[in-house]
Amino acid sequence: MKLPVSWLYDFVDVRDVPVEELAHRLTVSGLEVGEIRFVGWKMPVRAEGEKQAFKISGLEWDPEKFVVAEIRAVNPHPNADRLVLCDLFDGQQERVVLTGAPNLFEYKGKGPLDKPLKVAYAKEGAVLYDGHKDGWHLTKLKKAKIRGVVSDSMVCSEKELGISEEHEGIIIFDDDAPVGVPLADYIGDAVLDIDILPNNARNANVLGIAREVAALFDRPLRKPETSLQTVGESLLGKARIEISDPALNPRFMLGLIRDVQIGPSPYWVQRRLRLAGMRPVNNVVDATNYAMLEIGEPLHAFDYDVLRQRAGGDPVTIITRAARDGEKLVTLDGEERTLSSVNVLVCDARGPLSIAGVMGGLESEVTENTRNVLLEAAAWNYINIRRTANQHALHSEASYRFSRGVHPALAEDGLKRGLYWMAQWSGGQVAPDFIDNYPLPPKTVRVQISSNDVRRLLGLELSAQEIAALLGKLEFACEVDGETVTATVPPFRMDIGEGVIGRADLAEEIVRLYGYDRLPETGVRDVIPPRPVNPLYDLEETLRDSLVKLGLQEVVNYRLTAPEREARLYAAAPEQAPAESDYVRLANPIAPEKRVLRRHLLASVLDVLERNQRLDDSLAFFEIGPVFIPSDGPLPDEPHELALVMQGARREPAWDDARPPQLDFFDLKGVLEALLADLQLGPARFEPLRDHPFFHPGKAARMIVQEQEIGLFGQLHPLVQDACELDKAPVLAALIDLDGLLNAAPRRAIRPISPFPPVLEDIALVVDEEIPAGQVEALIRQTGGKLLADVRLFDVYRGEKIGAGKKSLAYSLTYQAPDRTLTDKDAAKLRKKIIKRLERELGAQLRG
Amino acid sequence: MLDKLQQIETAALTALDAVQDEAALDAWRVRYLGRQSELMQVFSGLGQLSKEERPAVGRAANQVKVKLEAALDEKRAALKEAALERALREEKVDVTLPGRAPRRGRLHPSTQTLRRILGILGEMGFQVFTSREVELDEFNFQYLNFPPDHPAREMQDSFYVEAGERGDNPVLLRTHTSPGQIHAMRYYAAMNPDNPPPIRIALPGMCFRYEQITARSEVQFNQVEGLVVGENVTFSDLKGTLAEFARRMFGPQARVRFRASYFPFTEPSAEVDVECFVCGGKGCPVCKHSGWLEILGCGMVHPVVLQNGGYDPQRYTGFAFGMGPERQAMLRHKIEDIRYFWGNDIRFLKQF
Ligand SMILES: [Zn+2]
Repeated sequence: MKLPVSWLYDFVDVRDVPVEELAHRLTVSGLEVGEIRFVGWKMPVRAEGEKQAFKISGLEWDPEKFVVAEIRAVNPHPNADRLVLCDLFDGQQERVVLTGAPNLFEYKGKGPLDKPLKVAYAKEGAVLYDGHKDGWHLTKLKKAKIRGVVSDSMVCSEKELGISEEHEGIIIFDDDAPVGVPLADYIGDAVLDIDILPNNARNANVLGIAREVAALFDRPLRKPETSLQTVGESLLGKARIEISDPALNPRFMLGLIRDVQIGPSPYWVQRRLRLAGMRPVNNVVDATNYAMLEIGEPLHAFDYDVLRQRAGGDPVTIITRAARDGEKLVTLDGEERTLSSVNVLVCDARGPLSIAGVMGGLESEVTENTRNVLLEAAAWNYINIRRTANQHALHSEASYRFSRGVHPALAEDGLKRGLYWMAQWSGGQVAPDFIDNYPLPPKTVRVQISSNDVRRLLGLELSAQEIAALLGKLEFACEVDGETVTATVPPFRMDIGEGVIGRADLAEEIVRLYGYDRLPETGVRDVIPPRPVNPLYDLEETLRDSLVKLGLQEVVNYRLTAPEREARLYAAAPEQAPAESDYVRLANPIAPEKRVLRRHLLASVLDVLERNQRLDDSLAFFEIGPVFIPSDGPLPDEPHELALVMQGARREPAWDDARPPQLDFFDLKGVLEALLADLQLGPARFEPLRDHPFFHPGKAARMIVQEQEIGLFGQLHPLVQDACELDKAPVLAALIDLDGLLNAAPRRAIRPISPFPPVLEDIALVVDEEIPAGQVEALIRQTGGKLLADVRLFDVYRGEKIGAGKKSLAYSLTYQAPDRTLTDKDAAKLRKKIIKRLERELGAQLRG
Repeated sequence: MLDKLQQIETAALTALDAVQDEAALDAWRVRYLGRQSELMQVFSGLGQLSKEERPAVGRAANQVKVKLEAALDEKRAALKEAALERALREEKVDVTLPGRAPRRGRLHPSTQTLRRILGILGEMGFQVFTSREVELDEFNFQYLNFPPDHPAREMQDSFYVEAGERGDNPVLLRTHTSPGQIHAMRYYAAMNPDNPPPIRIALPGMCFRYEQITARSEVQFNQVEGLVVGENVTFSDLKGTLAEFARRMFGPQARVRFRASYFPFTEPSAEVDVECFVCGGKGCPVCKHSGWLEILGCGMVHPVVLQNGGYDPQRYTGFAFGMGPERQAMLRHKIEDIRYFWGNDIRFLKQF
C-alpha cells in the first residue's frame, strides 16, 4: 500500500518525527516499508556509501524556487497559437510566464480573470522532471527564448513535480491555495510503500496505519469525522435488503445522497489519490475510493434513479446471493462476464447489478448524469471474493481488501465517511437513516492472558498492568484481575483468535509494542533431546566426502525434467522407456521441459556431462538425491540414488603429459572399490552385466556386496552416448542403490599388523581367455587361506609366446603369519598347493 | 728401502692431487694401495729383508699406508662435497612451469553451505531430520495453519501433482521444509504420546515454488529450518539462539535484529536481519547500504501447529526458524545469478 505521509498526519500528529524514523518504526513492528518516495519534502542527505535503511527516491522542491502563484490573466502568444502568456503573481512580483498547457486555453484572451487560477510555479534554476520525455529525467530551468518571447520559469504539471505521470495540463489548485507559500509546505509529501502481510490486512488503510503509529509513538489518534447533516425524506421504506446467505454476506448497508453535482474532486483529493496509486474519476467515485483508503471499507455507488426505474415504482430491493452457473453480467469495464456459483452477486428484483466486492455492473454505475446515489457498504466472505477475483482476473483495490477480510463493523464507518466526503465535494444532501441488514455479526472475542503466559511465551517479565497498558494502545479493552488480563478485541480486527491461539496472537501484539529490539537474548534451558537416527542422511554425507576425495565433482540438478530427456537413456531399447504415465506429473508445469519429476538420476548427471563437454579434459560428476516413482497411494516413492559419470583424460594433462590415456572401465571400477573401502564394505564381487539398456553389453558389471546387488556400472551404451550428444571418448557411469548400501554391514574390526616378516613371491599362470581373472584370484585366496595375506595381479599378457586363446596372469603373493616367521619351506608348500589346485580346477599352467 | 718408501709416498700424494673425480680416485687407490701396488709389494717383500732391517721398513711401510689411506678418505670427502656443490649449483627447474594438477572433486556450493549451517546447528544441539519432497496439502499447508483459500498461500505458489480429484487435499511439491515440523513432532510424540519428549532438530531439504526462473528467482531451492519444542521455550530463547547462531555463522561481532513479520505457522513471527558480514554493518552494496542482511524468518510455533503435531499447546511451546543456503551463498560469494546453482557449469563449480 502506498501511504502519503501528509494523509497520515490527518489522524496522528507525528510531524516532528523524521520520515525515515517513522518508516523504521513501522518496519520493525511489522509494516515493512520497501521504499520512501519524496514528493517535494526535503530529502535526507547522505555521504557516498553511507548507511541507508530504505530505498529512497523522488524529488525535493527547493522552497526558494517552487512557490504557489496565481495567474491573473491568460494572453495569446504573438507568434504561436498553441502557446499562451500568463500574467502571474508569485507572492512577491508579477511575471509573464509562457506555457502550452491546454487547460489554460479556455481562459485565453478573456482579460483579467475574476477568479485568479492558483498554480505551481517554478522559478529559474529550479530542478524538476522533464515533462516531455518518457520516464523520469531531471532538468534545470534556464532562460530561453521561445518564438521570440523570453521564458525563464514555468507553471508545472504533476509530472514535472514528480507527483504522477499526469502531463495533460498544469496543476490548478483549489481556490484557497496560499499565494507565495513554498510549494513543499503546501502540497509537499513523502509516500511510504508498505508491504501489507496477510495478518495486517486491517492496516491496508490510512486509519489503520495511523492507529499503529499512534500506539508506537504514544500519540493520540484523531478519529475521522463522520457526523452527517441529513436532509429530506428518510431512506427507510424506499429500499430493502434481502440476504440469502449470511455466511456469504454477513452485513449489507445502504445510504442515500441526493442532488449530487458530478464533477472533478478538489485538487488535494486528486493528488492524494494519485499518490496512493489510484486514478481520480469524479467527486462521487473519488469519495468512495478516498473513504476506502482511509477506513479500509470498500464502497460501491449505484445510480439510485437507475435502480428505481428498474423497480418500476416499487421500493428498490437489493438481493445478495450466489450466482447461478452460467449467469451473465456486463461489468462496468464493458466486459460480459459468465459467472459461476463461487461468485456472489448483488441483484435487484430484475437481476444482477454487480459482482459483490469485486466489480460493479455497467448499467447501474454512476455517470456524469447521475443525480442521486445509493451507496453500498457491505461485508463479504473473503474466500468467495478471493476465488472470484482470481477466476475473472479482476484485481482491484476493493477485491484486494475483501479477499483478505474486512470486519463487518467497518461498513458503518465506511458508509458514513463516504457520504461525508460526497456531500462535501459534490454538494449533495445525505438522506436521513441507513438501511442496515446485519444477520451475522461476528462474535466479540475476549482473550485472557496472564503475566505467567507472557513469561512462558516471550520470556518477558511484565505485570498485568503493563500488559493491559500495551494492549490498550491498540484499542483492546482490558480488565485486570490479579495477574490476569481479559482483553476484548476491538471491532476492526479479525486476526485475533480465542483461547490458546488468542494468547499467542496477543503475545505478538505485546512484544511488538514492547519492542522486538528490547527483547532479551536467552538460551534454551532444556537438555538436548535424544538424537533421531538418520542412517540414510549419514550415509549420503559419507559418500559425498568419499567421492570428492576420489576426485569427482558434486552436482545438484532440477528435480523437474521431461520424459523425453530421460528416454535418451533408453536409446538402445526404446521399448523399455517409461511412459509419460510412469512419471509423477505436474498439473501446472512452468514449462514443458519441466513437467515431470525425474525417475533417473543418471539422466540428470548425463545432462551435466553434456553441458560441460569440452569445458575440461577430464570430467567426473556425481549426484546424490531422490528420484520419484509413482506408487499406489497419492504420494510417490522417493528412493535416494547415487549416480556418477566419468569421461575424458585419466589424469589432468600436463605440459610434459599432453595426452594422458582416457578413462576406462577400470578407472570407474577403481573408484567404486575405493568408495566401498571408505564405507568399510567389500571386497565386492563383480558379475558381467550383459543385458542392461544403458550399458555396453561387454563392458558393464553388477557390484555385489554380501550377496546383495548394490549397483550397476560400466561403459555407457554407444547408442545412449549418441542420444545424449556426448563426445566419442568412453563414458563411464555407475548407479548405486543407497538402500542396498544401508543394508550391507560394514566391517568395523581392524586386522592386527603382524610383527613377523612376510615372504613375497610372484607367479605367472597361463589360463584360457574365458576364465575371468576374478575366478583365478578367488581360488588363490581360498587355497592360500589365512597365511596368504595378500594377492595382487600385476600383469596380464597375451601373445604368441603363450598361444592363441590364452592369457597369462601374473600375481604377486604375500605370505605372512600372525604368530611366527614363515620359512621358505612353508611358502613353497603353500605355493605348491595353490598351483596344484589352479591346474586341476582351471587348467592353469605355471609359466616358466 | 726407506728411500723407496719415501718415493712411493711422494709419487702417490702428487698423483692424488691431480685426481678430479670418483673414477680417477678408484684408479689411484688400485695403483697405490691395491694388491699389486708398489707399497703392497714392499709389505710382501718384508720376509726377504734381514732381521735388523725388517722392523724399521715394516714400520715405515705401515706409516706410508696409513698416511695414504687418510689422504684417500680426505680426497673422497672433498670430491663428494665438490660434486654436491656442483649439483646444487647447476641443477634447476623453471619454477614457473605449471604443476601437474591432481584431479580434484568438490562439493556443490549448496552442499557446502548446508553443511556449514548444519554443522553449526549440530554444535548447538540440533540434529538433522529429513522428510519427503512431494507432500499432501495437509502437511504442506493445513496442519501448518494455512487453511484452504488462506491469503498467505499467495506467498507460496505451488506446483501441483496430477493425482486425480483430491478436493482440498491435493498433492504438491513442498514449498518449504515446514511439513517436516509436523512429521518430526508426530515422530517424537509417538515415542510417548502422553508425555512427548522435547525436540531440537534441523530440517534441511529442497523446496519448490511456482515461479519464473530468473537471475533472482528459482523453481527449486534449499531451505534449513530449526525447530525447538519443550516446556520452557520462549521468544527470548529464540532471539538468543539466533544471535548465537549468527555469531558462529557470520563471526563473533555479528548482531541480529528482529522485525515483526507474519508466517501462518508461527505467532509471534519475526524477520531476522543479521549485521552485514560483508561490511560489518557500515553499509555496502551487498546490504544495499543498510548495514543489515535479511537472512532468516522465525517465530514461536503456532498453537495450532503444536496441536497438529501431537504437542499440547497449553503445556508446550516451541520456536522455529528458516533460512536459505543458496541466498547465503549468494551473499557470501557475491553471486549475482541464482541460476548458476542448478546450471552445474564446472566453471562455476570449480570456484568453490
Ligand atoms: Zn554491507
